[in-house]
Amino acid sequence: MAVLEAIKVTKRFGGLEALHQVDLEVKEQAIQSIIGPNGAGKTTFFNCVTGFYSPEEGDILLEGKSIVGLSNDRVTRLGIARTYQNIRLFKNMTAVENILVGMHPHLKTGLIGSILRGPAVRREEEEALAEARRLLRFVGLQGRGDMMSSNLAYGDQRRLEIGRALASRPKLLLLDEPTAGMNPAETQDTMNLIRRLRDELGITILLIEHQMRVVMGISELITVLDYGAMIAEGLPKEIQDDPMVIEAYLGQGSAQELAPPPPSFKDAPLTTKDAPLTTS
Amino acid sequence: METKPLPVWQQVVRNGLIAGAAALLISLVGMVEVFSRRDIIFQVISTGHVMLFASILAFGYATAHQSTKRRPLFGVLMGLLTGLVGGVVLAALVLLGQVVNLRTMFINASPGLFQFLTFGDELAVGLLQLLLASAIAGGLGASFLLLPARLRNTVAQAALWVTLIGLVRDLLVTVISNWGPVRPFVAWIFARSGLSLVGAVFIFVLLGVLYFWRYGRRGLPGPERTLEQARALRIAKIGIIAILLLLLPSILGIFFSEILDNVGLYILMGLGLNIVVGFAGLLDLGYVAFFAIGAYTMGILTSPELGFANLTYWQALPFALLASVISGILLGLPVLRMRGDYLAIVTLGFGEIVRLLALSDWLEPYLGGTQGIQVIARPRIGSLELATQQQLYYLILAGIAIAGFIAWRLKDSRLGRSWMALREDEDVARAMGINHVTTKLMAFATGAFFAGLSGTIFAAKLTSAYPHSFNLLVSIIVLSLIIVGGMGSIPGVIVGALALVGLPELLREFAEFRYLVYGAVLITMMLVRPEGLWPEERRKLELHEEEEPLPEELAPAITSAD
Repeated sequence: MAVLEAIKVTKRFGGLEALHQVDLEVKEQAIQSIIGPNGAGKTTFFNCVTGFYSPEEGDILLEGKSIVGLSNDRVTRLGIARTYQNIRLFKNMTAVENILVGMHPHLKTGLIGSILRGPAVRREEEEALAEARRLLRFVGLQGRGDMMSSNLAYGDQRRLEIGRALASRPKLLLLDEPTAGMNPAETQDTMNLIRRLRDELGITILLIEHQMRVVMGISELITVLDYGAMIAEGLPKEIQDDPMVIEAYLGQGSAQELAPPPPSFKDAPLTTKDAPLTTS
Repeated sequence: METKPLPVWQQVVRNGLIAGAAALLISLVGMVEVFSRRDIIFQVISTGHVMLFASILAFGYATAHQSTKRRPLFGVLMGLLTGLVGGVVLAALVLLGQVVNLRTMFINASPGLFQFLTFGDELAVGLLQLLLASAIAGGLGASFLLLPARLRNTVAQAALWVTLIGLVRDLLVTVISNWGPVRPFVAWIFARSGLSLVGAVFIFVLLGVLYFWRYGRRGLPGPERTLEQARALRIAKIGIIAILLLLLPSILGIFFSEILDNVGLYILMGLGLNIVVGFAGLLDLGYVAFFAIGAYTMGILTSPELGFANLTYWQALPFALLASVISGILLGLPVLRMRGDYLAIVTLGFGEIVRLLALSDWLEPYLGGTQGIQVIARPRIGSLELATQQQLYYLILAGIAIAGFIAWRLKDSRLGRSWMALREDEDVARAMGINHVTTKLMAFATGAFFAGLSGTIFAAKLTSAYPHSFNLLVSIIVLSLIIVGGMGSIPGVIVGALALVGLPELLREFAEFRYLVYGAVLITMMLVRPEGLWPEERRKLELHEEEEPLPEELAPAITSAD
């Protein structure tokens, strides 16, 4: 059964069609990727799924129920969490506090309860703290919980963002370029972490990624967007050889020129920044 | 020296001119002359002297600091020259004042000022003295750099405290004189105005030794205490503070209790605004509106003059608080989507609207217009009517205790974290499942609740409410005291209120320069210590348990898979 199903989703900004009839299905406990050149509409798609934008046409189903038109916080409560392309932690809060904020939907204490702080509230806070510490360890940040999140190292900040997203106990986790700006070792760690999210916690994962080694290494299914439209979908192997995809990245006619032998993503450099595969 | 970006003589002239200009400014606005009448050390140093030479001292230090650290005596010389340049600026003012009548333009360029600047001597001798004093001040500032850090800190702290104690002499004398046996001691330490010379030296040495000793112990581990001992110590500390707070009005007497009450009302408002601005990051410039609504509701419901309902204070209190909270929510609703500057402008307008409504002829039958509301009920406990400043103090203290407790509990709660998350990044906070509507409204409502409470006590204290008590300045003062104390910090509110409301009332001379000093203090704070006098502290939440073996499933993510 599909966790997430997008049916002919179209999003317009004025005259610009950022997404054009995008169909996408994310299977339960899958790791799927969305790739595409800059400006292809990948993050816009994430924003539509999380309720930050509302698509003009089409429908988005979470476990068979439509979530179009629901507000951001409602969608989170239904089980979708995300991280951001440019890290957006709560900078003036500690790492633990960031995770505690992520737990918000599962805690119940209100205004009066917080003031009186009865036994039930105290127990809830203690349990929340215990879970926050457990999540901190899960993402490999033990011992750094009381640091201001802005003082954490770059890679740690990315991991904390994943930890914060996990705190809402999502069914589906959307990762927007989780390895952007990371060195090879950090990238490898993050790939392992993503696998563990699925294998140990059973979370379905949909990610946007530019590093081809990551995309090809962990995705089970890849969707390619270009100018807001889906141009290909398939297994990593199929996508690598798809002439449409190569053209989207390199420009028209490139597929023929490069045809024999087809460019292998396996040999591609780690980041697309200095790779010949970007359109910049 | 040639390698430095700015040649040292330029540095000297520049710093000297800046210092001189600062001294010139406070002379011409009249502060120096007014404060020359308040001695810090009797007939030796007045507050005016401190003001005049503080900037020269500071810039002398700056010159020495910028120019060289290798040749200390050279630095002192440069400090001396910096002070001299500053002195020349002041001397020029005096000379100009002799030739031209500056008073047509600068009303404060009075003979009194010139006499003060020339130390009451003849012109030539006086000018020489002025130049000499400035040079010495600059040199002193520079020679500060020669001292080792420990001594430098000690001297600075001791000098600061002597100045402060000299400033609040009247308060201290009143307090200490209550204890008969120490009266001779008081007479020995304090003079008719400020400290006596021996007293000043005594305090300087005493505090210096104390601070010197404490500075040396910095970083050393404190005495070993068990958990119970630490707990007992904490309870004892809280107990002593509580007893002191309860005794305060009888120690201080009526006049100082009045000041204390005003500070207390501002603390109460500050605690509320601290939730709105400090915790939730919603810049509210119309906060006085809720103070007014609390006061006016109390007035309407209790004043027999208007004759709507002759309730007692306690009967009216819930309605007044409810009215404040509802108005908080009503203000919150339209501004939910606004952020930063836009929010500030709208709330500013809201505050003015409330004041103008209270002032309007249209609502005069209900709110009294410019005449305000009189005969507002005082709170009664049993047969006792809380009427004097000392009695009302306890009501304010109770209010602060409740508000402080609520603020403290909320800060470390789910709601407090939601507020902070909204402050940091609203979009992400919403993506975390936080409902921004209810969360923001709760901040506005809680803040309005405290301001409303403060307003009811204010109305009961004066037994009247006038529109002009609720102008924009109140909002600005409350916001300033939060900024000076430290955004989001609960003890910071108390420190800020004491500094911005208490000190100016103690130093009556300040009254006309109050907002000038506010501006200077705010700018200095933002440049030097933006986190405030008592910054917010973070609770340590992660237990440090790395030594514990991690369970298998929790092993860190950094385990290579392939």
